[in-house]
Amino acid sequence: MINEGNIIKIAGPVIVADGMRGTQMYEVVRVGEAKLIGEIIELEGDTATIQVYEETAGVKPGEKVESTGGPLSVELGPGVMGSIFDGIQRPLEVIKGISGDYIARGIDVDSIDKEKKWTFEPIAKVGDKVVGGDVLGQVQETSAVLQKIMVPPMIEGTIKSIAAKAEYTVLETIAEIETDEGIKEVQMLQKWPVRKGRPYKEKLDPDIPLITGQRAQDTFFCLAKGGAAAIPGPFGSGKTVTQQQLAKWADADIVVYIGCGERGNEMTEVLTEFPFLTDPKTGNPIMDRTVLIANTSNMPVAAREACVYTGITIAEYFRDQGYDVALMADSTSRWAEAMREISGRLEEMPGEEGYPAYLASRLAQFYERAGRVITLGQDPKESSVTVVGAVSPPGGDLSEPVTQNTLRICKVFWALDASLADKRHFPSINWLQSYSLYVESITNWWQENASEEWRANRDQAMVLLQKESELEEIVQLVGPDALPDSEQVVLETTRMLREDFLQQNAYDDVDTYCSPAKQAGMLATILKFHEAASAAVERGADVKEIAALTVKEDIARMKYVPEDEFEARVKEIQEKVVTQCAEV
Amino acid sequence: MNADIKTREYTTVSEVSGPLMVVEGVEGVAYNEIVEIEAPTGEHRRGQVLEVKDDVAVVQVFEGTTDLNTLNTKVRFTGETAKIGVSKDMMGRIFDGTGKPIDGGPEIIPEKELDINGNPMNPASREFPAEFIQTGISTIDGMNTLVRGQKLPIFSGSGLPHNDLAAQIARQAKVVGSDDDFAVIFAAMGITHEEANFFMRDFERTGALEKVTVFMNLADDPAIERILTPKMALTTAEYMAFELGMHVLVILTDLSNYCEALREISAARDEVPGRRGYPGYMYTDLAGIYERAGRIAGKEGSITQMPILVMPQDDITHPIPDLTGYITEGQIVLSRDIHRKGIYPPVDVLPSLSRLMSGGIGDDKTRDDHSGVSDQLYSAYAEGRNLRDLVAVVGEDALTERDQSFLAFAQAFEDEFITQAKDEDRSIVETLDLGWKLLTILPKTELKRVKDEFIEKYYPE
Repeated sequence: MINEGNIIKIAGPVIVADGMRGTQMYEVVRVGEAKLIGEIIELEGDTATIQVYEETAGVKPGEKVESTGGPLSVELGPGVMGSIFDGIQRPLEVIKGISGDYIARGIDVDSIDKEKKWTFEPIAKVGDKVVGGDVLGQVQETSAVLQKIMVPPMIEGTIKSIAAKAEYTVLETIAEIETDEGIKEVQMLQKWPVRKGRPYKEKLDPDIPLITGQRAQDTFFCLAKGGAAAIPGPFGSGKTVTQQQLAKWADADIVVYIGCGERGNEMTEVLTEFPFLTDPKTGNPIMDRTVLIANTSNMPVAAREACVYTGITIAEYFRDQGYDVALMADSTSRWAEAMREISGRLEEMPGEEGYPAYLASRLAQFYERAGRVITLGQDPKESSVTVVGAVSPPGGDLSEPVTQNTLRICKVFWALDASLADKRHFPSINWLQSYSLYVESITNWWQENASEEWRANRDQAMVLLQKESELEEIVQLVGPDALPDSEQVVLETTRMLREDFLQQNAYDDVDTYCSPAKQAGMLATILKFHEAASAAVERGADVKEIAALTVKEDIARMKYVPEDEFEARVKEIQEKVVTQCAEV
Repeated sequence: MNADIKTREYTTVSEVSGPLMVVEGVEGVAYNEIVEIEAPTGEHRRGQVLEVKDDVAVVQVFEGTTDLNTLNTKVRFTGETAKIGVSKDMMGRIFDGTGKPIDGGPEIIPEKELDINGNPMNPASREFPAEFIQTGISTIDGMNTLVRGQKLPIFSGSGLPHNDLAAQIARQAKVVGSDDDFAVIFAAMGITHEEANFFMRDFERTGALEKVTVFMNLADDPAIERILTPKMALTTAEYMAFELGMHVLVILTDLSNYCEALREISAARDEVPGRRGYPGYMYTDLAGIYERAGRIAGKEGSITQMPILVMPQDDITHPIPDLTGYITEGQIVLSRDIHRKGIYPPVDVLPSLSRLMSGGIGDDKTRDDHSGVSDQLYSAYAEGRNLRDLVAVVGEDALTERDQSFLAFAQAFEDEFITQAKDEDRSIVETLDLGWKLLTILPKTELKRVKDEFIEKYYPE
């Protein structure tokens, strides 16, 4: 049913209209003469409160509000991949074609190209019994992504007809399915309401790591596929570079990158850089497996509230096709602030620091949409959505509500530290504050795929780093020379761990990605040095001489050794460690 | 109803409170519309609609609400949102905070009328800023490089020489290997006459005035007017940059006063306050200013922003610098400690940052060793500074030779690299060579951040 009401109040992005009886909560409406896009967020009697996704300057009371009959939805199908959307899935390239370099208001564009023809290749046959999630056919969307065209969830029946291999638009019917309620026509295009998670069969335990090629994350504070991680950090602590590194290098099939209330130039950097980056595994451009959602800080605040839902719904759609998807949200604090701003305009009773009382439940709902699952369908697949959410705590204060509520949900915490960033220690992940609760569950994977000693080495390195922080306090008081030799060796080793292992240069061609095998090799070498140096000191060797060993230089340069030369080189270095320490 | 529908003029003011005024019985009033107000004294003022509900409009009055009454104040709704008439002739002219000329010159004949709120730039249309701007200041060029289209604020404290630094940058900024000059737009919000005079004199002295456009809202002008000033300046900047193809450097000072004005309006409207009483939408509002910097693909010009803000109590976690830092592409932080040592400019490189630096430096832009040298200077200076704390406890003699070299480096870095004269314009090559000279204080093996090839190429013998 299409309703029409009248605006009675305007206050920033929130408007109130009457005559709206019969509309639904979260229904999309077109507001005023400019036909701005909005969404109903409160209903009371005849009046509806609407958050508007575009600037409301110039809107007058008395102008019309039209309902559209459906909730805020995304369009899913071939054409999504490689695009850049705003917060409500309008393609920015198309908007550019219509309104030029600035985004005008009231632009109505298709989310995905309805005219473009895609080569559909059928897989299912006439007479097959299918359920929601079953694959009907496939489309090679980009060089990197083969899109599976699925039976929409909730449909079950027998295929009455299916299109032959040929080119179709996303709106053409590619199959007819005979169901209990009659014949259903299926197109490549699916619509799904963004605030509702897409269904799956079962959630699995996360026991496979998401390899990111970043040593601090992979070796020390690993993230599992289907897990959720939080990166809180004050500004200037390298949060954005850390996120972008993950987007570039994480071993996910699909990346969804949400720039939520962040800088325009940063999104441009992603846009200009990603098409030229190649995926280390497939050699295809990274952009071919990336969906970008850009709702920069100066774009309307209500669309910022919606953009994380738009992003995760797209992520779930690819998960349902059997892919591992990584979703980066930068930054969830801006999302929470958008909620706060709208809540304030609604004159709701504020909770902590002015955030609405439902902040915690909204955050939890969002992060819970991550997970490794068994998909729907008769031929179920294991796939995952991993969420990495950046948090921007005001003033770097981690006790603020967004950080705290996020930490209650996320199992991985990468604490970025401004004082490390000041020392140009990047990534500035604080090794004492950060944690990962996935270490237990993914130990098996590492020991099978990288090194038997992985877990033992990792734990020993953590112990040494912990020890270092205790020793630092003593050094502050009495100077390093007052420490016993064995403890000075610890400081030598931990300096190596910090500078030569944890520090990683995102801008260096080689160091930007470090394979699990190389990570394990580097860590083992540093610990070998520790072992040999400790033994030497025990024999009575002088710590100063150990500190002056030339092999330290080799260890420092280890990170710049290319992957293919690494195995041979690391053996050499380890032998050198043993001989040099023995000679002291 | 006491209203003339045609001209939409009302005398139905029902409430005046702080900078706000409530008008009842209005019809067809649009959100954000500009209103003209005639006070009982006959004086004309302007305002803007902040909220409309049925037939009630809440109006914020730019020039203050003194003398307004609920009896015979006349309010006329113009049907238009705030606009500014822009023209090339604005260069070299001085305007007040609402865009009226105050230099005694003729009115501007506008080539175009533009909405001062602008529209958000499409991220897909932006071009990533990557052209090095040489400011001639070592701490900026060498370690926090500014590029065309960037927004890089100066975080300062009361009593620090941020104005000198800003004036020096406005004077010296240039793109190496290009004759294009910067057009400077200077927007002052709530600064004192003295400060304003300082800038005007400096522009005059150096002959820069003809390429400067000034928007001046002084401390004794109505605070509410400040809300308009940066938007006027940036709309003019957008016109000059993207329609006239000029490279524009916009200096906004002082953003703290702008935020105070925002808070004042928010409080007058009884809004739910966020941190320290600032409104919850301050992030979005500030983003609407800062994000107007940038470049557009295929267009000649650019807007580079250098906002100045004075941090209350030098507190970088205060909401104003905090939110600014989350939007801008870095920050130049001035330090009271360094200032007390008599060093100019007192830039503390440790908390300073330019996020767009890596795109604007390197082989074809500055020099191939730039990134390595910068990283090495940073980490060495950071280490030297840390050691100072240790020295305070154990004395310098207890340090190892290695540590002593870092300590000496930190001192030399402050004396030679940070310190420069107010009219000293160092080229980037001079800055980098100076960096190398200082690095020789350290043992060569400690230069881990610089690639070997550059050590060979540039290490001074």
